[in-house]
Amino acid sequence: MSAHALTALIVAPLAAQLRVLYDRAPSVLEPAGPMASRLASLGWTMIAIATVVFAVVMSLLLYPLWRDRNAPPVDGPPREVNERAWILYGGTAVPALILAGIFVLTLGAYRRSTLDGRPPLTIEVIGHQWWWEVRYPDQQIRTADEVHLPVGRAVKILLRSDDVIHSFWVPNLAGKTDAIPGVTNTTWLQADAPGTWRGACAEYCGVQHAHMALSVVAQADGDFARWMENERATSAPPSDSATLQGEHAFLGTQCVYCHTVRGTQAQGRVGPDLTHIASRLTIASGTLPNTRGNLAGWIANPDRLKPGTRMPAVPLDAARLEAIVTYLESLK
Amino acid sequence: MAGTVERVEIRSLAARLDETWRTPASLYGKLTTVDHKTIGLRYLATAFAFLLLGGLQAGAMRAQLARPESRLLSPEAYDQLFSMHGTTMIFWYASPVLSGFSNYLVPLMLGARDMAFPRLNAFSYWTFLLSGLFIYSSALGGVMPHGGWFAYVPYTNAQYSPQLNMDFYALALLFLTISTTAGAINFIVTILKTRCPGMSVSRMPLLMWSTLTTSVSMVFAMPALTAALIFLELDRRFGTHFYDPIRGGSPLLWQHLFWVFGHPWVYIVVLPATGMASMIIPTFCRRPIVGHVYVALATVSTGIFGFGVWAHHMFATGMPALSTAFFSAASMGVSIPSGIQIFAWLATIWAARRHVLATPMLFMLGFICLFVIGGVSGVMTASVPFDWQATDTYFVVAHLHYVLIGINLFPVLAGFYFWLPKMTGRMLSERLGRWNFWVLFVGVNLTFFPMHVVGLRGMPRRVYTYPAGMGWDWLNMAESIGALVTVTGVLLFIINVLWSARRGALAPANPWGAATLEWSTSSPPPEYNFTVIPTVRGRDPLWEVHDALLGPAGEDDLALADPTRATARSAEHSDHRRDGATVPAIVTLPGWRVLDEGKETLESTLLDADPQAVLRMPEGSLWPLILALALTGLFAALLFKAPVWTAIAVLVTLGAIAGWLWPTAVTFPPPRSVA
Amino acid sequence: MSTAAYSEPREPREPARAGALPIRLTGTRSPGWWGMVFLCATEGMLFASFIGAYFFLRGSVEAFGAEGGKYVPLTRPLIMTALLLSSSVAAWWGEAGIEGGDDRRLRIGLAVTFALGVAFLLVQATEYASRETGATTSAYDSLFITITGFHGAHVAGGLLMNLYVQARTWLGHFDAERHDAVSNAVLYWHFVDGVWLVILAALYLSPRLF
Ligand code: HEA
Ligand code: HEA
Ligand code: CUA
Ligand SMILES: [Cu+2]
Repeated sequence: MSAHALTALIVAPLAAQLRVLYDRAPSVLEPAGPMASRLASLGWTMIAIATVVFAVVMSLLLYPLWRDRNAPPVDGPPREVNERAWILYGGTAVPALILAGIFVLTLGAYRRSTLDGRPPLTIEVIGHQWWWEVRYPDQQIRTADEVHLPVGRAVKILLRSDDVIHSFWVPNLAGKTDAIPGVTNTTWLQADAPGTWRGACAEYCGVQHAHMALSVVAQADGDFARWMENERATSAPPSDSATLQGEHAFLGTQCVYCHTVRGTQAQGRVGPDLTHIASRLTIASGTLPNTRGNLAGWIANPDRLKPGTRMPAVPLDAARLEAIVTYLESLK
Repeated sequence: MAGTVERVEIRSLAARLDETWRTPASLYGKLTTVDHKTIGLRYLATAFAFLLLGGLQAGAMRAQLARPESRLLSPEAYDQLFSMHGTTMIFWYASPVLSGFSNYLVPLMLGARDMAFPRLNAFSYWTFLLSGLFIYSSALGGVMPHGGWFAYVPYTNAQYSPQLNMDFYALALLFLTISTTAGAINFIVTILKTRCPGMSVSRMPLLMWSTLTTSVSMVFAMPALTAALIFLELDRRFGTHFYDPIRGGSPLLWQHLFWVFGHPWVYIVVLPATGMASMIIPTFCRRPIVGHVYVALATVSTGIFGFGVWAHHMFATGMPALSTAFFSAASMGVSIPSGIQIFAWLATIWAARRHVLATPMLFMLGFICLFVIGGVSGVMTASVPFDWQATDTYFVVAHLHYVLIGINLFPVLAGFYFWLPKMTGRMLSERLGRWNFWVLFVGVNLTFFPMHVVGLRGMPRRVYTYPAGMGWDWLNMAESIGALVTVTGVLLFIINVLWSARRGALAPANPWGAATLEWSTSSPPPEYNFTVIPTVRGRDPLWEVHDALLGPAGEDDLALADPTRATARSAEHSDHRRDGATVPAIVTLPGWRVLDEGKETLESTLLDADPQAVLRMPEGSLWPLILALALTGLFAALLFKAPVWTAIAVLVTLGAIAGWLWPTAVTFPPPRSVA
Repeated sequence: MSTAAYSEPREPREPARAGALPIRLTGTRSPGWWGMVFLCATEGMLFASFIGAYFFLRGSVEAFGAEGGKYVPLTRPLIMTALLLSSSVAAWWGEAGIEGGDDRRLRIGLAVTFALGVAFLLVQATEYASRETGATTSAYDSLFITITGFHGAHVAGGLLMNLYVQARTWLGHFDAERHDAVSNAVLYWHFVDGVWLVILAALYLSPRLF
């Protein structure tokens, strides 16, 4: 298959394929964990209050117009009006009470975490232009663009940035926290049930801010342990000749200056760790589903799919591209 | 009563004043004029042009976002577009357009003949215009600012944005700051010192309160932006480390400085507009506003408390819980003055003598509706935990457009329908006006309401494209269609203005039967504004006179069921006045002032507006333009890092200042009777 | 030209002219003076932002705190303070002179003010020369140089105003009634002086206090 043909495998509405990777569409109002639930019910309450306030004001605005639609013009001094009632009660006291109520709700929903007795699992997430580095320091895991969590457990996320400001956001699980250079911020994630959600970078961080998504996968304890086990391992040595050929091709390109494949000489630190790339849901930070065609298209011309990306196009002939894709596909 | 003799006297007085105040029609006259009305109109036209530019950029953005995975625009182009859209709208449209109205109206409402510093006023305009051209000249090199309107570092610092994009942003804004600050000081002094006799502080029209509050806020808020921009340029150009966390700086420093400026600024771009509402709504309800004093207080306190809420833009930066809670509470608190204003308008409408639903009033009703929607979404984002979800999504984009369009654009359009007849002497079409309103109202809601939903469904802002199937597709399509409708609405307005300029009915002095002094002079007003400096005895001088002389207002005089017919009636009416002189529009008190011995206006005391001195007004002058051009040169030299040229430009600038301040016979008259 | 809805006078019959009003005011009541007050206000906010930045960084960034909290030699700044304070006194003395119609006193006062201001800048120049670090060494140095440098530039601006007023004094433009340019320039000078005191307290003294 030529490189061209491989690229052509990328079918037009790429993202339509993306959607099926996730259990639910991203939404603040469809929470999948306790933090997001708190925020969603706060949101619904405030939406209700806002609607009532709006309805009352609109009635007060439109009723007199309707009331006087046929009334003869009032000659003489203007209608009496109870200034005190309107301004001091309507405009001041009542709103102040409502606002005080909202503030109490605000404080009530304020906590970011729900800790049980166990020491929390800690994950470091580091923003880069335009991908997420994900580390499990205690488990010596390094991956990218994908955060795995055990179900039902609060996970502590330490956020940093390697370049500009990014913001870490998984709407179904928790609100945003910025990743700011020079600062380490903390946030928490917790999922009630196994599932996969889409997260995104929410702070404008340059030309590919739009394609800086990530996936969050909550797994039952056993699955999670297996995932960790796999991630911790170095890459499996090639088992067939095509893969072996691919590994050679890969190690012979500039790819290795930026990427790491643990267990090989590829130790670059600029781009995402590829040791287990084949096990990830997406490539290019949530831009494309991780399929063979997409992978090939991406490597052949990253700038086409993600204009401005920091990943250069490495000149490859069709055979070598094919070989490298085969190799990467083996990195489960 | 007044006899013919006096009428001749008035006529010859008018001729004499006309002689003194006339701006030559030549090009030189146009470049040198310091007439606040001309400058005001220039401000309005220029700011409106920037609105159109910003709107066109928005149109391009909406075309790109109409469908997922669209490739109409490159990401870099999109980034430049949204950055320039926000920057243009906030800095070169929303505030200057209000300065335009204030420029035109402040002296007229105060019963003065010009601003306190007319040449400074011309200078403010030129720098506004030239700074706008300066930032747009970046388009020539394809390097328009691309950091969003709040330009967070480090993205905007040299390492990540090495080209000129952000230098254009920083230098153009520093340039504009000069204009804004000069204008603000001018408004403050004008309002404090040139009110006509009788216009004590408590009788000042509410638009004066809001202009004053806004101007004082500008004086105190702009410097934080200036400081942030100076740090940015020094970091970019000279390798300092203000924002560099490795050498002891902090990216958060920018955010604090920017928002310490930024939040007061969002009130700066709405308070004068709420002031306009407080002028327009009572006019069409045919009664004084309910709670005048409360509205004035609410205006001032919004201005003041607006300085204490900036960190609500930074809830996701990981600030300590205590301070976020404080800023959350403060942001909710700052809503209360808005509530007071809203309820004052509601009460005024409730207790109207009559509802006149002319176009300006329609826009006011729309304004209240959008204000409340935008306001309550602001309160929602003021709730910290909710904001963790809402911030940096389209929910915030929805909020900011509801408030900016609702509390700025709608009152501005109401203001045009209301005051353009005064400015041009011709009425706008009521029929087109109604279409204009409804199309715009529908368009704006269709564009921006779905943004709340799409934001809560997880769509971040400032993305040049988005994947399909996330639940955003048809909402974005609806928004883009809404944008098209909105553009149509704006086009209808433009058509109306063009139509009115050629065909519009001639406007009488007071077509709407309004109460304040600008309506007591002809439409358009003579260059000297008032033949005699008026004296007022209440808040609504024209109504009070009317009531005093004719008894309480009747249908005939003030009510305008059908504005077009009413126009004719009022025109007759004021003709009648002109001829018969039976109904003085203003009660003149003994001691009223003529001031015809040169370009003069009255200076009065701070609180009571007791006459204090005669202010000599300067003649037209080329120096404001020269100085503004010198500054343009200076900023261009800085932009291109040309040290020699910078030095030359500094010298020319200093020379222009010297030339401006050079004492001349005119600015330095012999003292006259000091009593 | 129409006077439209404009009122005809009822009384007095003869339209009053300016009458017994002065043609311009000086001192605290003139528009120019108010303009200067608000110019000082906005400039004051600029320095407040600078100094706010200093305390923000000192409080929130460790590396900055370590440096920003260190002692700065006090000899020069104290000399500079003395120079500026006495120049303010001289300016005030000169202004009081013209208020009594004494323009010789004004001339002397302004000249002395000018000399002291120049001396201030010279001492500041030696302070810069003695610093081992430049504006690009660290954020603290950047801020220190920017704040003091901007203040120096304001002193220079005040000196230019001073020259302008001196020139007009020599031309005999001022007398007891009319000298608002003097009042404004002097007000600005006092303001620049006041800003210096704040800078002294923040950059030089506060590290010794906390
Ligand atoms: C026109 C300018 C304008 C105005 C007037 C406001 C008004 C308000 N704004 Fe808004 N705001 C912006 C312009 C404006 N804003 C912009 C441009 C941004 C985005 C910047 C960016 O990121 O690009 C922003 C962002 C913004 C944020 C940050 C969101 C984020 O980025 O996460 C917050 C958070 O608190 C906020 C709050 C408020 C509040 C509480 C008000 C209040 O003043 C509103 C008060 C009014 C009412 C509440 C309605 C009337 C009152 C009543 C009818 C009484 C009864 C009401 C109740 C009981 C609720 N605004
Ligand atoms: C007063 C302020 C103002 C106004 C009026 C508008 C008006 C509009 N805005 Fe804007 N907007 C902002 C202020 C404003 N905006 C700000 C501050 C931001 C944040 C920027 C940032 O993130 O940094 C923003 C961001 C913003 C975004 C988000 C971009 C992003 O995050 O990716 C979008 C997206 O749809 C948008 C759309 C629109 C639309 C469709 C209009 C429409 O209402 C426009 C209506 C059209 C017109 C007013 C002009 C019509 C033109 C014609 C009629 C052509 C005639 C031409 C000639 C005669 C030459 N705006
Ligand atoms: Cu990273 Cu946006
Ligand atoms: Cu704000």
